[in-house]
Amino acid sequence: MAKMHVKMTVNGKPVEALAEPRTLLIHFLREDLGLTGPHIGCDTSHCGACTVDLNGRSIKSCTVFVAQANGAELTTIEGIAGADGAPHPLQKAFREHHGLQCGFCTPGMITRAMRLLEENPNPTDAEIRNGISGNLCRCTGYQNIVKAISAAAAEMAGAREAAE
Amino acid sequence: MIPGAFEYHRPTSLDEAIGIMADKGDTARVLAGGHSLIPMMKLRLAMPEHIVDLQAIDQLNGISEDGGSVVMGATTTQAEIIASDLIARACPLIIEAATQIADPQVRACGTIGGNLANGDPANDMPAVMLALNAEYRVRGPEGERRIAARDFYEGTFVTALGEGEILVAIHLPPSPAGYAYTKQKRKVGDYATAAAAVVLAMQGGKCSKAAIALTNVGDTPLLASAAAAALVGTAVDAAAIDAAAEAAMSIARPVADGRGPSDFRTHIAGVMTRRAIETARGRAA
Repeated sequence: MAKMHVKMTVNGKPVEALAEPRTLLIHFLREDLGLTGPHIGCDTSHCGACTVDLNGRSIKSCTVFVAQANGAELTTIEGIAGADGAPHPLQKAFREHHGLQCGFCTPGMITRAMRLLEENPNPTDAEIRNGISGNLCRCTGYQNIVKAISAAAAEMAGAREAAE
Repeated sequence: MIPGAFEYHRPTSLDEAIGIMADKGDTARVLAGGHSLIPMMKLRLAMPEHIVDLQAIDQLNGISEDGGSVVMGATTTQAEIIASDLIARACPLIIEAATQIADPQVRACGTIGGNLANGDPANDMPAVMLALNAEYRVRGPEGERRIAARDFYEGTFVTALGEGEILVAIHLPPSPAGYAYTKQKRKVGDYATAAAAVVLAMQGGKCSKAAIALTNVGDTPLLASAAAAALVGTAVDAAAIDAAAEAAMSIARPVADGRGPSDFRTHIAGVMTRRAIETARGRAA
């Protein structure tokens, strides 16, 4: 089947490529764009390791065709650090609070947490747990992930106040 | 898992979409959120040659009020429904069900229309629409028609939707004050072991109106008419709730699967019915 011309903005940069419409977005990101931060875990839209941000929504990129993302704006874990390369508050908090062990779920977990904090800048622990219920971690028992997200939320709120 | 190859279409109007569907016949499938169809395509249980992506058809998306009735466009996502003040006010049952579907990422893609039109008895929204007595507006090459949700489901993945017809919108009549959607699932992202949707109204201490429907315990979502009738005219006391739960269990025909043997799942259908009635009664008072 013929390839189609796709155009999108990925981590702030314009991207153009030829791709088969059936290509899954996760394969396009990893194999065509070399963005191997988002992982393929279950490949069945359960585990959340492939989570990326598409037009301001968290989505599982194993269950989206590249054709659907034509024209979209995407952010992956590679795009969330500051312009100067400084880690995002979530990245710092995951390190400081031991929010990861093997690290396989971490890119999806942090990308999802970023969107969660956009939607709800001051979540309770229960809201955090509900917000990351589509991201599975088999190492940590989630305790330190919740702590990390909560700490990042507090830091980001402090930074916003300081800016005002 | 790599899906079969297809040609991709992204029409910008409903007429254009219907034209493509008419032209391509049964080699084409519409794609809304894709969270039922894409998994089927990855397993090669579905291999459409043409995909008609509905995302650019603005008239299919959004929630509005039309006289006394609330209208949900077919490509409105579960996340958009959960965030809707209008739905929260007019029909909170839908939000209670939507929050129990899958997880945030899936709800950001999954649409109300896809959940309803796919005809999967494991989906949650069909039973909700049976309980609410909603109507589906569909359009095809022959024009537009309305189908009652209660007449829509014919078998597993078999619905009253004709060839080339697309679900356009869901029309919700005013709903009674008492409501609940109670679902047992093994974990986030699983389908229901069994679930029950209940709406009821109380007047002068008696139930004046009730409807009950069940998820994932038959070939289709099931309208439990006898269960609802067991409540009407009563104070919704323990005896009435027992009778309703018995009546609901008597129509459940779940298959044995990873969620449990058939008898267990039937039992859970009774428990879910009972709990949903109790919650709905509390809210109706």
